[in-house]
Parts: sequence; structure tokens; C-alpha cells
Amino acid sequence: MLRYIARRIALALPALFGLVVLTFILSRVIPGDPAATLAGDSATPAQLADIRARYGLDRPIMEQAWVHMRQVLSGDLGNSIFSGRPVAEDIARRLPATLELTFVALLIATCLGIPLGLVAALNHNGPIDHLVRVLSVGGLAVASFWLAIMLQLQFSMEWDVLPLRGRMDVPLGMPARVTGFLLIDTLLAGRGDMFVDALRHLVLPGVTLALPGLATIARFTRSGVLEALQKDYVLYARAAGYGRFRLATIFVLRNAITVTVTQIGLLFGALISGAVAIEAVFDWPGLGTYAVQAILSADYKALLAVTLVVGVIYAVVNVLVDIAQAMIDPRVALQ
Amino acid sequence: MSPLLDIQSLRVDMRGGAQILDGVSISVAPGQIMGVVGESGCGKSTLLRAMLGILPKGATARGRVMFEGRDILAPAAMARARGRIGFVPQDPYLSLNPTFRAGDQIFEIMRRHAAGGHAAHREKLLELFRAVQLPDPEAALRKYPHEFSGGQRQRLLIAAALSCEPSLVVADEPTTALDVTTQREILGLLREITRARGLSMLFVTHDFGVLASLCDAVSVLYAGRVAEAGATRAVLDRPAHPYTRLLLACHPDRAVELAGIPGTVPPATAQPSGCRFHPRCPQAQADCAVAVPPLLALPEGRALACGHPEAALVQ
Amino acid sequence: MTALRHLMRDPVAAFGLLLVLFALFVAAFAPWLAPFPDDAFESNIMQRLRPPSREFLFGTDNLGRDIFSRVILGTRSALLVAVSVVLAAMMIGVPIGLLAGWRDGWVSEGLMRFTDVFLAVPQLILALALGQLLAPGIFTAMVALALTYWPFFARTVFAETRRLRGALFVDALAGIGAHPARILFLHVLPNAAPAVLVRATIGMGFTILTAAILGFLGVGATPPTPDWGLAVAEARQHLPDAWWFATFPGLAILFLVLGFNLLGDGLRDAADPRLRRSRH
Repeated sequence: MLRYIARRIALALPALFGLVVLTFILSRVIPGDPAATLAGDSATPAQLADIRARYGLDRPIMEQAWVHMRQVLSGDLGNSIFSGRPVAEDIARRLPATLELTFVALLIATCLGIPLGLVAALNHNGPIDHLVRVLSVGGLAVASFWLAIMLQLQFSMEWDVLPLRGRMDVPLGMPARVTGFLLIDTLLAGRGDMFVDALRHLVLPGVTLALPGLATIARFTRSGVLEALQKDYVLYARAAGYGRFRLATIFVLRNAITVTVTQIGLLFGALISGAVAIEAVFDWPGLGTYAVQAILSADYKALLAVTLVVGVIYAVVNVLVDIAQAMIDPRVALQ
Repeated sequence: MSPLLDIQSLRVDMRGGAQILDGVSISVAPGQIMGVVGESGCGKSTLLRAMLGILPKGATARGRVMFEGRDILAPAAMARARGRIGFVPQDPYLSLNPTFRAGDQIFEIMRRHAAGGHAAHREKLLELFRAVQLPDPEAALRKYPHEFSGGQRQRLLIAAALSCEPSLVVADEPTTALDVTTQREILGLLREITRARGLSMLFVTHDFGVLASLCDAVSVLYAGRVAEAGATRAVLDRPAHPYTRLLLACHPDRAVELAGIPGTVPPATAQPSGCRFHPRCPQAQADCAVAVPPLLALPEGRALACGHPEAALVQ
Repeated sequence: MTALRHLMRDPVAAFGLLLVLFALFVAAFAPWLAPFPDDAFESNIMQRLRPPSREFLFGTDNLGRDIFSRVILGTRSALLVAVSVVLAAMMIGVPIGLLAGWRDGWVSEGLMRFTDVFLAVPQLILALALGQLLAPGIFTAMVALALTYWPFFARTVFAETRRLRGALFVDALAGIGAHPARILFLHVLPNAAPAVLVRATIGMGFTILTAAILGFLGVGATPPTPDWGLAVAEARQHLPDAWWFATFPGLAILFLVLGFNLLGDGLRDAADPRLRRSRH
């Protein structure tokens, strides 16, 4: 098992390395002179030369690439053209908001998706099955930002039962920042009212973000269970006298889950993508809005840094997913 | 002594009308090993599935299967009987769930059907593992199915079948998927264990050699009906039914020249009228296509379903 | 072609095909179907933000333009963008997949690692990163989307080529001395075509959604284009009163993407019943 883990991590490294190279190439391919961008419109040639020397922009390209690599590995992602602050700081500040939202969405998607898929499979061709299938397809066809707005329209504007935007109601203030995750920090601060409010703010964006994932997980769990039910070992278990309920749930689910677990890895990537649009709709102070702001203000350093960070998170999640899969189905580790 | 298992006129129809079994009657005495032999398509598997309550959806079973005095075709009686009937399936590779450890899978069965707590079950299973000669029983409990060889997996399944102290073991060609040497070992094991514990066994096979070495009695199945039955030695030495005779003539050990049986087993949806064997029977007479021959009892505990037994016995 | 017959027997997939054909029809004849075709670029401030009525089936937007017409006209741009992106992605991805699948060693490994780099980041993020290289706009968005979708084609074709490479008939062809290029283009490619087609159909739905998101964020289509995503963005400030403004363009997206997804699923089932819905 340990060997499998080591192998799996080693497999992820080339792609990440390639990503760093890619972001470097992109940062140098940006039209315009990076020195001029840094210096501003009214810089004199002397000032430009000075900036070039200072930032090493007059060095050969390979040397620049090497420097870039070293910087990235040490956590220096450059300074934001927009705010002047180190990008790494900006990202660190905003990342927890996005992660919290993503985790909540993942939780909703799995906790609802797996049971739905299971029930649909056991109810094969029945009414629940058809309903779940419609949900599976519809959930992937709906535009997330549109759904978010529709839900806002209904639940916030019409009925006023859920908040419209943000992570917390302004008058309540914010808890002391420990992890950046409001659900944790509010509890650590002992503020139950803040916790409830943070939770309320997570509902609409969480549900909207979760929907495509829920659809996918339900669909894959359903087909996984249907496939497992055909297998000989199910027949044998029935003959040997396994209890019906346990058979339907624990026994079959283990086998069906492997496919679903793979999906969770891909899902995470989709969730992060989806977060960009959802954050825009709900004014969520996370990485997504940061990325959009970076694009609109041509802050390429910030944007490339976000790309890199997201790539690393994605790689970590995929490695974890593969390890989880190997633990559920030990045959995987043999590949 | 009343039989342990008494299948009475079992009829099984599949969804869509195909009639797989038509009035099969087999009787197994306590401590007896009864073989069920026949070609593919004769309904052996369906017979087993009906007995174990795992018929496919839409299949209907009629008649009675009396086990320890109760008709186990009724779901409630079936559920209660499960612990008393051990099942050894055909394919050791596909019958175990690959994501569960061997011990856990069997403990699950014992939890439902065997008395005692987990500690007692563990002891029992280890003892069974030793009885079926599985190497390193303690480690075996924690291994996954793919970590065993085919022969070892079959031993696992035999241990599983015995785990709830059954009175009857039902085996579905348990050695077909194994190589010849392992086959002989497993057969020897089965014989030893059933004898030692006084168990009855219903052993389905298509191999006469296996039949001869293991079974006390045999029922020959053809196209969903019993053609003949009796003590193994008697049936093999003096087959009464034309089908049995032809079948034995095909067996490489006994044939002077290898013969075949002309024709093929009829599909379940298009069974011949009257005696189902008549299109292929060398001794068929005109009325064989009309009347269904009943299974009649003969002396020495034999039974025969043939319209012209005199013609049959003459040979 | 038996696949097509299989497809027709599946009512859900047939429904998807219907939706797609309907959209194609609308896109083709948009200027004639839309009651107010000039509303693609003309405004009528006097009629702004009118609710749905007989004259304006979906109501009017903030510049008095008929939303029904703009949704119809938007179909054209949505489909054009999606088709271009998918075709471009195919033209990049398929050859790469073929080459990587056919060869072994450095060529194959290198190409697949290269593909992995593009898959290391979720598509939208990468599209945003690439998009800022050029001036923001619909063309940039299309280039960025094509550059992020080709890996999916590469992967599909790679898997298919590897699978077919081991097939007996390929061995036979190589045995009689057929040139590799000939084998690849005349034999492997046609056999990989169904998988590519499935991927392309699903890619259409995916691209329409992603392009809509880019339009919504303001880095895709620019005003006054009747882009669906853009329309929803413009509609935000006028909620909750002008609910029709945001609702209908979004519904259009839903139905068109649904059509492609259902069709794609149906094609996948028809092409290989064993694949079913258990794999992507």
C-alpha cells in the first residue's frame, strides 16, 4: 500500500512541473513589455532599464525560467499588478472561503447523491428511478449561474428566507480568524449565532454548486449498483442467506463505490470551476472572484498564480482519491 | 427413514413461458450423497436455484420441496432453512465479493444463521479452515479472495457452506473450474467431510467419473425431467434408460468406439411432445411422441421414466 | 448505421436529438423566425422592461429589445461557438491521440504527459488563464475553450487507438505490409469514430455551458451580442421585478445543453452497450 501511495504521488509530479512551466511561458508570452507594465505609462528608458535589471528581465530566458521555478517552490508567487501586495498573501486570504464552499458542496453532493443512486438502482425502472434519472441529466444541463440567480430570486427576494449574498450578515461582524473557515472559527469563538448565520449563507451557494456533482454521483452510484447486483457473488450471498437489507446496502455498495470515488476526484475539479461563477453571483470573497477580478484588470501574475494553486489542490485531491480507492478495493493497488 | 430432502414434482417456468423443469422428483436420505447428472440445458442449475430460493425474477415454481419436514418453496420456510442448507457454488472466482476479506464474508453468514457470538464463530471457522486443509487459517481470515488460488477458494467456499452446521450440502459442479489434480483433492475432501459429519449432499455434475467416485445414488436429468434414478453402481453398470445408456457410451473410459448422441438437447421453449427424448431415442416407438412416461419405481430402489421399459431392459 | 436504429429505439435519446435538431433549425432560420430581428443591435428605450405579452413573448430587456427575438438569435451564436470550439479541439486532439496511441516509448509518453498538463487544472480556470493572453472577447473565449478541450479528445482517441492496436485485424494489415499511416487513417480512425462522436456531442453541451459562463462573467461575448450568458448578467440588476429577463435565456441554455447531453448518452449506449453509463 505504501508503495502504491509513493508511486501515485510520483505520477502526479510531472504534470505539476509541466504546469509551472506552462504558467511561466504564459507569463512571458503576455503581449506587452512586462517591465513597462510594472513601471507604468510614463516611465523613462532609464527607469525601464532599471526595472529590467531589478526583476531580472534582461537575463537569458532559461535563467529566468529557473528563477521562476525557485520562486514558485519557495512560495513566492509575485506581486499583484492590481494591489501591489504579494499574490501568495491574497490567495491565502481568499482560499479558505472557496474551500469551505467547495467542501460543503461536496458534502451535499455525496450525502444526497449516493443514497439517491442506491435507491434508484434498487427501485430499477420504478418511479423513483425515473425521477433520479431525470435529475441526473437535468442537473448537468443547467447553467450554474442561472440556477443561482433563480434560487436567489425565489428564496431571497420573494420569500426572504435565505440571505442574498456574502458569507455573513455585516452587523454580526466576523469571528477571529483561525482557519479562515467560518464554520470552524465561529464555533471556536463560541458564537452560536454567528455559526448559524454562516450556515444560512452557505445554503444557496452550496446547493447550487452541488447540483451537477449530485447529478453525476447519483448517476454513477446507480449504474455501479445495478452492475454489482448482476454479479455472481450477489447470487451466492443470497443463496448463503445474507440479509436483504445488508446485501442491498453494505455488500453491494462497496463494489459500486469505487467508480463513484473516481468521480469525486473529477468532481472536485468541476466544483472549483463552478465556484468561479457561483462566487460571482453571491459576492463570495473567494478565489473565484479574485480570478475574475484579475482577468478584468489584466493582472496576469495573480491569475497565473491562481491557476498554479488550483492545479496543486486538484493534484492533491486526485492522489487522495486514488488512495481512498485502493483502500476500498485492494485490487487497485496491484495495478 | 423419511428422506431429508424430498423434491416432489417440481415445476419451474421462466418469465416468457419457457418450461425449465417439469415434474422433477428426487429424494435424498439422511447421510446420502445424491448425484444429479445431465447435459447442459437439462435444468440442473435451475433445480438448485429453486432449492436455494434464488430463482430469477419472474420465474414460478410449483410442486413441493420438502426439507426437514417443511416445504421450503414458501419464502418464510426458505429463510429459516438457509442455515441448514450449505451451498458450494460452481465458480470460486466469481462467487466471492472481491472487496471483502474472506473471514468477514463468512462471518456475515454465520451472524445470521449460526448460534453464538463472534468469538465462537471465529473459533468454529478456524476449525473448519483446518478441516478443509487451508494453509495458515489465521492469516486466511484476513485475506482478500484474490489472494487465494482457485483450489483454496473452493476450500473456502466449502468451509463457508459448513459454517452454519447444515444437514444438507448442495454443490453445483464445484470442481469444473479447477485443474484435474485439484479436482481430485477437492472431491476427496468433500467425500471425507460429508461422511465424517453424517451430512447429506446433493451434487450436481455432468461428469460420470466424478459421479462414480463420489455419489451413492444418482438421478439422471434430461430436458427438465428425471429419466432414471437409482444407486450409482446399478445405474452405471446396468443403465435402464436409453438416454443414460447413450450418455455412458460417450464416456471415453467406457466406450469401445466413441459414439455421439444424434440431435441436440431441445430448447426450453420448444420441448417435444410426449417423452422428450423420443426424437433422439434409437428405440422410440409411435406412442412415445404422445404419452409422457411417468417415473415408475423399479425393484432395488431404482426408478425409470420410459414408455417401453421392456425394450429398454432387454439390452 | 445499426447504431442509429438503436438510437431511435431509445425515447430519451430521440428526444435529445429532437431538441438538437430544433435548435439547429432555429439557428439556421433565426433572422426569419425572430419577430424583431433588428433587436440584435437596436434599442427601443420606450419599451424597456416590459413583462411577457402577446407582442413580446418573453418580455423586453433593459434596452427595450424583444427577449424572445434575442433568445432566437442567440441560438445561432451559441451553436456557432460550440461547433467551432469542438471542431478545433478535435483537430488538435485527435492527431495527438492517434500518434500517442500508435507509438510507444518517448513519443507516446511525452505526448500524454503534455496532455496531462492541460488536464491538471479545471477547464474554466485554464480557459481564463489562456484567455487573458488576447484581448477579451468572444474570439479569445473560443480559442481558450478549444485549447482546454482538446485533451479530452486526445485521451479518448489514445484509448481507442491502443485498444485497436491490439486487435487482430490490425496485426493482419501490418503483416501484409500496409503502411502505418494507411492503417491509422483507413482502419483505426473509422473504428474510433463512434467514441469521438460521443465525446464531441457531450463536448457541445459542455462548451455551450462554459461559453455561457464566460459570457456571464464578462470575458466572453460582448454587448450588444444576443448571447444567453451575457443576457443573464445584464438581467441581474433588474431583479426581482423583471424576472423574465433572466429566466428565459437561462431556460434556452438548459434545453439546448439537455438536448446534446441526452443525444450524447444515447449515442454512447448505441455505439457500445457495454459502455453504458458507467464510464465517461
